[in-house]
Amino acid sequence: MAAITVRDLQKHYGDVRAVDGVSFEVGEGEVYALLGHNGAGKSTTVEILEGHRSRTAGEVTVLGHDPGRAGREFRDRIGIVLQTAGVEDELRVAEAVEVYGSCYRRRRPAGEVIELVGLGPQADRRVGALSGGQRRRLDLALGIVGTPDLLFLDEPTTGFDPAARRNAWSLIRQLCSGGTTVLLTTHYLDEAEHLADRVGVLVAGKLVAEGSPQSLVGGGGTRVGFELPPGVSLDDLAGVVPADAAVVGDRVEFTTTTPTVDVNALTGWALGRGVELEGLAVERPSLEDVFLSLGDASRVAQ
Amino acid sequence: MSGGFPSAPVMIIRQVRYQLLTFVRMPVALFFTVLLPVIMLVLFNALFGDADLETEAGTWTFGQFYVAGLAAFTAVSATFTNLANVVPIRRDEGVLKRWRGTPLATWVYLAGTMCTTFVIAAAGVVIMFGLGVVAYGVELEAAKIPALLVTFVVGVVSFAAMGMAVAGLCQTAASASAVANVIILPMAFISDVFVALQEPPPWLDTLGDILPLKPFAQAFQDTLNPAVEPPAFDPGRLAIVAAWGVLGALVARRWFKWEPSRAGPTRRRRRARPVLEGT
Repeated sequence: MAAITVRDLQKHYGDVRAVDGVSFEVGEGEVYALLGHNGAGKSTTVEILEGHRSRTAGEVTVLGHDPGRAGREFRDRIGIVLQTAGVEDELRVAEAVEVYGSCYRRRRPAGEVIELVGLGPQADRRVGALSGGQRRRLDLALGIVGTPDLLFLDEPTTGFDPAARRNAWSLIRQLCSGGTTVLLTTHYLDEAEHLADRVGVLVAGKLVAEGSPQSLVGGGGTRVGFELPPGVSLDDLAGVVPADAAVVGDRVEFTTTTPTVDVNALTGWALGRGVELEGLAVERPSLEDVFLSLGDASRVAQ
Repeated sequence: MSGGFPSAPVMIIRQVRYQLLTFVRMPVALFFTVLLPVIMLVLFNALFGDADLETEAGTWTFGQFYVAGLAAFTAVSATFTNLANVVPIRRDEGVLKRWRGTPLATWVYLAGTMCTTFVIAAAGVVIMFGLGVVAYGVELEAAKIPALLVTFVVGVVSFAAMGMAVAGLCQTAASASAVANVIILPMAFISDVFVALQEPPPWLDTLGDILPLKPFAQAFQDTLNPAVEPPAFDPGRLAIVAAWGVLGALVARRWFKWEPSRAGPTRRRRRARPVLEGT
């Protein structure tokens, strides 16, 4: 049975369709990332699934419950790591984990959870005195203290420096290795690549693509680019590069699903003419390219 | 490993314990709620303490008048003002939202918050009466204690409900705090708390009578006024206080919000940053 099932979810604010017909499923034990810009509808979708927000229309089932009506049996089985949810500044870290943990049936010992997120040295410190990164660790601790079956992670590393993000990723992977289902939102594409089994791309309230990070990237082909040699125009390259090649500044760029053949033709031509192809690059497109092209396509469509 | 949920009383007591902990660690709240009325009591007594006071009920000393009036004011600070300040702060911080995402029933959280303010109010009133007995020769009559307790309970429950109403109607902690003070300070001056009004304009007298603070303060003062015979119950005034409490509860029930307002300054608010960094 799927942990999360969403069918044609709609959330309207007046004329604004924040979420406009989103459907997806998340299997048990799966890590699913909702990827999108600020305002794409990620947080709205997640808050509906958490029971924090009502929906305009659509069917939503989370762990067998309708989150819009679910009570504490439901909230006992989920963990929520929200950007906008704070903790009492006056409490010490250990006290906060203790008091929040105390309302779950499957609560983990506070000390164990604090060690797990790496806040051991700060256990007696006031929450108000924690750094931003330490607060996010506390958020994680409070998210998992009830041994949730499903963990919601709303942009878990926004505002982190690169090293802190890598640490957070390995921590999240470690926490999820126990079979916990995770629904993650992020606007960092590499984050989705690192953490998620599957990714759903949200643009303007619609799910425009879905699949494994690899399949989303693989579907885009391979990108080849080089600087146009002096005295050569794109017309001179007819038959050497694919017809859809384009000049961007000084560079010629094209995307191909047969990179071996195309690069061979190109380098053969260059060797024959005795010219060097400056800046020649053969790249697997990043998820960012895929995301941009999906985002652009969808914007044009509007 | 998975027992049942802890029972509601256990959860409420735990909330009270932790919320008291946060309260005593907030020096500003502690000062305004408990210390400021004590300072006023000492000051007012130094200024007027020895004089006699003529009221409708009879003649008594300013010392006794101020002990009861400021005890009532302390109870109001601990409930109304305190809730109107702390609850919106917790909402702005997203603490209310976090609690709503846990299995703790929302009514248990709110009951914990209310009970915490009752404990603070009781402590403030005990300090005030203690000072009155020790320093200003206040005499408590055993026969009036039931009336004193009933008045206290009706007052704190009603003013707590009104505090929740302000917390519900105001979008942010800053506005709620301002609104609470704008309500309570002028009201205190026409309610026989800071000054005993001698022949005030009739409209001001009437205004004081229909607002909740004066009936509460006077019901409290009656239990200390030697000219009032025991048991000193004052059902009429308590009814006015309770009516305001019911109104507050209805407003709070209708408008109370758990979500931080977009207008509020949330420290952890999402930063506006480019979606695709490094591209």
